[in-house]
Amino acid sequence: MGNVPSAVKHCLSYQQLLREHLWIGDSVAGALDPAQETSQLSGLPEFVKIVEVGPRDGLQNEKVIVPTDIKIEFINRLSQTGLSVIEVTSFVSSRWVPQMADHTEVMKGIHQYPGVRYPVLTPNLQGFHRAVAAGATEISVFGAASESFSKKNINCSIEESMGKFEEVVKSARHMNIPARGYVSCALGCPYEGIITPQKVTEVSKRLYSMGCYEISLGDTIGVGTPGSMKRMLESVMKEIPLGALAVHCHDTYGQALANILTALQMGINVVDSAVSGLGGCPYAKGASGNVATEDLIYMLNGLGLNTGVNLYKVMEAGDFICKAVNKTTNSKVAQASFNA
Amino acid sequence: MAAMTKALPRRLVGLASLRAVSTSSMDTLPKQVKIVEVGPRDGLQNEKNIVSTPVKIKLIDMLSEAGLSVIEATSFVSPKWVPQMADHAEVLKGIQKFPGITYPVLIPNLKGFEAAVAAGAKEVSIFGAASELFTKKNINCSIEESFQRFDAILKAAQSANISVRGYVSCVLGCPYEGKISPAKVAEVTKKFYSMGCYEISLGDTIGVGTPGIMKDMLSAVMQEVPPAALAVHCHDTYGQALANTLMALQMGVSVVDSSVAGLGGCPYAQGASGNLATEDLVYMLEGLGIHTDSPLLSHLGERSVDPQIPSFQLQDKWN
Repeated sequence: MGNVPSAVKHCLSYQQLLREHLWIGDSVAGALDPAQETSQLSGLPEFVKIVEVGPRDGLQNEKVIVPTDIKIEFINRLSQTGLSVIEVTSFVSSRWVPQMADHTEVMKGIHQYPGVRYPVLTPNLQGFHRAVAAGATEISVFGAASESFSKKNINCSIEESMGKFEEVVKSARHMNIPARGYVSCALGCPYEGIITPQKVTEVSKRLYSMGCYEISLGDTIGVGTPGSMKRMLESVMKEIPLGALAVHCHDTYGQALANILTALQMGINVVDSAVSGLGGCPYAKGASGNVATEDLIYMLNGLGLNTGVNLYKVMEAGDFICKAVNKTTNSKVAQASFNA
Repeated sequence: MAAMTKALPRRLVGLASLRAVSTSSMDTLPKQVKIVEVGPRDGLQNEKNIVSTPVKIKLIDMLSEAGLSVIEATSFVSPKWVPQMADHAEVLKGIQKFPGITYPVLIPNLKGFEAAVAAGAKEVSIFGAASELFTKKNINCSIEESFQRFDAILKAAQSANISVRGYVSCVLGCPYEGKISPAKVAEVTKKFYSMGCYEISLGDTIGVGTPGIMKDMLSAVMQEVPPAALAVHCHDTYGQALANTLMALQMGVSVVDSSVAGLGGCPYAQGASGNLATEDLVYMLEGLGIHTDSPLLSHLGERSVDPQIPSFQLQDKWN
């Protein structure tokens, strides 16, 4: 920037800028070819589904145990933003994940808005049954593309874990409950380092063929870059239809949005994110967590991709949860807008 | 949800256009990228605390040792306007000038140019904008008048054999005017290039841009100025810097400005973050197999993706 004095001169407030100019690319005066305009308008709107994982993946990695009523309020607020999928909690043993100990109360306590889905994590059959008893109508299972990670995380090999997930997914399908599959360490593992795209494909294919309707490919420790994202997706896309894939990027090394852009360019149109970029990384002290939903929406809006989500309402929900857990937001959009 | 989608204005160039700059362009990414480190100037300029001269000199020396090939050292602007840069002459005289590294300095006018040359500057940068209002508020004249000033500087620089880099601010949006047309950016950039700037850095000054807008802007500019003479300078105010930079690389830009530690905030958005962080940029470039100028920087990047070093160990190294 040039010789800008420290005093801020009169200009558009950021709130104004956000409100009026978020769709900056929308009608750039005279810059677009009229022929282009016509062809774009005639098509259907391009839509990206955002899967909000803040209440689960985000909070799970926060040190402060968040009270149940705060979690419920948080999820209720998210339900009013236009988000269509909000991952609520995890039916995992409270010994392993104390933050999620109140899974049943949260599941029962939230208001389930029409048109919004509330998947929950279910690591095994026991968790699955509890989830259903608590009112869950969608579940997720968590695999990994790394043997070491699988061993350390859920104390079994990939093969053994697939056996458990198969039980869960079959039961779910039997009850007409959709199941989503996650593949962790898709772009790198904290124990094994590099993970081959072939391994990611193999695990994804297992989950897909057992009945998961969607596979979320997770850059668990955020080490991926656009090149590794591209190579991994090229491999997976040979075996699994595009429409069944999602990406789940952590921002540990600041690469999340660049990686997501790459995924979008390859046709992926489901993206996981966490409001305020909640969650750190248990493998990298001090590191940032999930990609922030606000920053993701900002990019998608600017690209002209519809999400159905109201950025302002998401920012407000983010502000709420950050105040509740007493932390600063990881969202750059929120930082720029909320004059912390 | 239907009501929500109706309310959203539909952008005319959407996902389809994005795919046009598709992953095939990942194969046409530049093999080498020059990083222009602007931390000591753009970064520090936006920091509230006045950093002492010895600390500034130490920072620049450390950056030189890290292997960066271009480090913008300071700004020869009046201390009345930018107190942080009041020690410009001492900084430029005090730093170690490594062979193979250039240390450009900002100059707002002929007086600044002369002071810079007297202090040993071999390369200077001038700052224009693609917004009339921003130019007026920033340097108190119109874009046209600013060109006249710059012309005088360029002529003097040419006589003295000093390279001049041009900056165009507000290329993806202006804090005063809002939207900026790619055509305007192209016009200003072309003017700088034809006046004699060897390189023009296109700045998303307030970080409002997103990859589609970056693409539109670059498409317009590249019709007037060769890609090799272009650089991008992205601010991370809304977290978009790296994604925007990636798009620029896909479009053929191979010079990227960044700031160590993502130094600097934004005078237009209190609390906002600043420049794209050099570390995060290097991480991405290395992950893409793109060489940055220096083997040392490459090594830094390599370590971050070294399979022998789990990420948590690496983090501990930085702590």
